[in-house]
Amino acid sequence: MTDSPTGLAPLAGPGVTDPAAPPPVIDLRGLSRTFPGTPPVEALKRVDLVVDRGEYVSIVGPSGSGKSTLLHILGLLDRPTAGDYLLDGVSTATVSENERAHLRGGRIGFVFQAFHLLPHRTVLDNVLLATLYSGVPRGERRRRALEALDRVGLSHRLDFMPTVLSGGERQRVAVARAVITRPHVLLADEPTGNLDSATSAGVMDLFDELHADGLTLVVITHDPKVSARAQRQVRIADGRLSEVA
Amino acid sequence: MLRRGRATREDGVGQLTVAPEVAAEAAPTGRRRRLRVPGLGRRRRTAADGLDALGLGAPGVPGAPVAPVEEEVTGHERFGLRDLLSEASHGIGARPGRLFLTIIGTVLGIGSLVVTVGLAQTAAGQIARQFDAVAATQVVVEPASAQTRDGQRATGRIPWDVEERLGRIAGVEVVGAIAPVSIGDARITAVPVNDPSAPALASPQVLATTPHMLEAVGGTVVTGRYFDEGHDARADRIVVLGARAAQRLGVHRVDRQPSIFIGDRSYTVIGIIDEVKRRSDLLDAVILPVGTARQDFRLAALEEAHLRMAIGAGPVIAEQAPLFLEPNEPERIKVQVPPASSTVRQNVQADINAIFLALGAVALLVGGLGIANVTLLSVRERTGEIGLRRALGATRRNIGNQFIVESGVIGLLGGLVGAALGVAVVVVVSLAKEWTPILDTVVVIAAALLGGVIGVLAGLYPALKAARVEPIHALRGGP
Repeated sequence: MTDSPTGLAPLAGPGVTDPAAPPPVIDLRGLSRTFPGTPPVEALKRVDLVVDRGEYVSIVGPSGSGKSTLLHILGLLDRPTAGDYLLDGVSTATVSENERAHLRGGRIGFVFQAFHLLPHRTVLDNVLLATLYSGVPRGERRRRALEALDRVGLSHRLDFMPTVLSGGERQRVAVARAVITRPHVLLADEPTGNLDSATSAGVMDLFDELHADGLTLVVITHDPKVSARAQRQVRIADGRLSEVA
Repeated sequence: MLRRGRATREDGVGQLTVAPEVAAEAAPTGRRRRLRVPGLGRRRRTAADGLDALGLGAPGVPGAPVAPVEEEVTGHERFGLRDLLSEASHGIGARPGRLFLTIIGTVLGIGSLVVTVGLAQTAAGQIARQFDAVAATQVVVEPASAQTRDGQRATGRIPWDVEERLGRIAGVEVVGAIAPVSIGDARITAVPVNDPSAPALASPQVLATTPHMLEAVGGTVVTGRYFDEGHDARADRIVVLGARAAQRLGVHRVDRQPSIFIGDRSYTVIGIIDEVKRRSDLLDAVILPVGTARQDFRLAALEEAHLRMAIGAGPVIAEQAPLFLEPNEPERIKVQVPPASSTVRQNVQADINAIFLALGAVALLVGGLGIANVTLLSVRERTGEIGLRRALGATRRNIGNQFIVESGVIGLLGGLVGAALGVAVVVVVSLAKEWTPILDTVVVIAAALLGGVIGVLAGLYPALKAARVEPIHALRGGP
């Protein structure tokens, strides 16, 4: 179905009506994720979701609703037990583990609640880390890292260790690290979970700017204020998705 | 699907026959999507792409990609060797204190290995110097001596016909005997002029030897000849001069039959010798035949006999020589036979090696386990980092390689430090023992590299663990 002869996008699919239009960045089709156990836990139940290029989507839901599972699958960190996930119109179901790693590096940017910065490395090194695995040409890495840090307003903190930065600054470093590879989609998992409201607002403003520049964003949160900033809101409850009007 | 056209190519001139539809398909290379075939490594360049389309490319490029994915980068920019080394070095440098503790085991192991080999080689060199090629064929026979009230006294006696007797033993090639000759107050001069104003010079030593002594000690005749059995038997008044004695006496040529005087007796110089391998005192001496010495100076006994033997004849000679010389009391003759040098060397090496190699092996094992342990600990501590790297696109292999390289570098560091310390110990021990330190450079380098190998081996299991870390679990919580 997806193996069109030239490797181009499939010509037909639920999310694509016009063959000339680019495929949606994220296209979940009847996707389920069941965790084995007694009884088995069905974290996601036949979920369908299409995120088009340039969209800013927030996924809200209480804890235990399957948010994290959904994020892991969107980030190619986990595999669905049923259904298919098309990233840029290409099925990821049959893709090898290595290929998934390359897709993660090249197309997906992550922002985590806990920042996940390397404590012994400078801000610049932390941002450069993302370029190692995504295949940014060596000659371009530094320039792009400086650009990304400039964009999040941390040009004056290049040689600082993350341990001396404030929470808001750390998350900005993480955002810079996520966007340096020019991902097709930025996945943020509770990006403001560890921040106070003032710094939260700063990070959300940054997301708005990135969105304005054309970046596709998927933000998972339980905070309605954060969710409200998105162009489109999706609610998740008991493993099912529903659009918030 | 790309259709494969038939094309022929002659002599590299580039004469191509291309089916038109194929050419049309291949022409807009700019618009063609690059296809990535998993497991195929690096892509060829655009020029090659054209050839691929024409069916001229490598046969390994299949027509149907398994999972077509846009190729955005060339493979080597993605976590290349430089990135790997740089990341690994950061991982190592993050905790210098722990690094120190980690490498101690390897340092000790490699160090003791180097010391083992170094001391064995040094000792072997020491023995080799004592028993070199010349010495290995030299036997010295002398009378046994006993401690008496008057001091050392020879208890045995070397018979005058020692040359003939020992010559009969299998393996003996040449026999010579030597004895110092006491000339009392007699002076040795080249001219019989009694010049009272001349300063008194120490006379050269006078030695008596049997005719084949020169051969037995490997000397050479510079000019003239050495005396033979005839001179000996007739007690002719002739002498041979050692090179330095000849110089002192001003004798340089023997063709005019110069004479020297011992006391007031004149002796004809028939030859000058040089370059003896043993008994270098011969070079400073005036040498008489034993027969002459017995007649003119009442020589009482021979001091020692020198034998040149065939290699390996030592044990036979050691046993038989005393019997040939003193059949009734063979214990009165002492024979110094060179031990088969290889046995000695092996013995020494075996002794040192057994102890130190065991120590080294244990230390290396402990060192390896230490590295494995610390690396395992480090993997546990860094699960968050591993998860992050995996999320950023690192493959399991990237992660595993990083940890293997880290432990390999730690091992190599330990190896380098250990090898350096080992060399230092060998040098210090040699200094203390006044030996010449001998250590093969290859051994030192190999020992340092062995540390690296041990590090890599020790890192295999932790690296496997690290590669198996599930990013989902790793990313949950934690800094």
